Amino acid sequence: MKSKALLWLPLALFGGLALLFIVGMLRPDDRVITSKMVGKPLPEFSLPQGASDRPSLSHAVFRAGAPRILNIFASWCVPCAAEAPQLKALADAGVPIDGIAIRDARADVDAFLTRWGNPYRHIGLDARSEVQIALGSSGVPETFIVDGRGRIVHQHIGEIRADDVPGLLEIWRNAR
Amino acid sequence: MRRLRCLSVAALLSLAGTALAQTALPPAPYANRQLADPRLEKSAHDLMATIRCLTCQSQSIADSDASMAGDLRSQIRERIARGEDPEAIRVWLVDRYGDWISYEPTTDPILWPLWGLPLILLFGGGALVLGRIRRKRRD
Repeated sequence: MKSKALLWLPLALFGGLALLFIVGMLRPDDRVITSKMVGKPLPEFSLPQGASDRPSLSHAVFRAGAPRILNIFASWCVPCAAEAPQLKALADAGVPIDGIAIRDARADVDAFLTRWGNPYRHIGLDARSEVQIALGSSGVPETFIVDGRGRIVHQHIGEIRADDVPGLLEIWRNAR
Repeated sequence: MRRLRCLSVAALLSLAGTALAQTALPPAPYANRQLADPRLEKSAHDLMATIRCLTCQSQSIADSDASMAGDLRSQIRERIARGEDPEAIRVWLVDRYGDWISYEPTTDPILWPLWGLPLILLFGGGALVLGRIRRKRRD
């Protein structure tokens, strides 16, 4: 009797494993990698000027006492152009927004901003993604909200859509 | 959403005819160039082979042509050339992206069955074989 039950064990194991695989395959693929830097201080950095008519960007800007938005973008990034109206809406609401242009060249950033608008106060050029990696950001565009003491309080992954604006505004206000 | 973006970028790139590039910039200095010291290059490569690419998420950065993987390769080679410990760089990356970024299994409790299974199979199999041998001797 005992050995007969044991005979079924491999089949049961196989069934369990197959079930595990099926469940794993049917589960929606989550490819969004959130930064583990949320809640931690913004890493120290100092970037060269990313656009001709905006000053360069360093971490010191984020320790001046007021919460700010840090937007990771690039002139070669299509969704970055799509979120331009939403960034403008945030800037119009009084949010200071600074940008980091990833793997970019100043002339290209200038052309991008002329075409899609420039909501930024400072723009840094991160030609080799170093600050992006230090931030735990995995792509463009991404948006971080930083409180007045330089602590990251929120990360928004992907482009900002019109219905994201009120939520981001709320988080920015609460970061004061 | 990201996949959609990847696709649209890929579509744009194929139209433009620029292969492998997501940006106009040339790759970072050590993205595709090995370190001169073979010992350092080996430890850099061993680390890169176990760091996951953020853009092409089923590849290691050693295998990926994504521009961000190139930047990370260059950064890892430069940091190792400066004398940083590869495992310290791994910890630095895990602090930013979570365990997700490393292909190396950790000793977290969720992985204990993974580490324990070979032992269980070994002892279970050994007991089975021993039982068989004993039974045969008795016959």
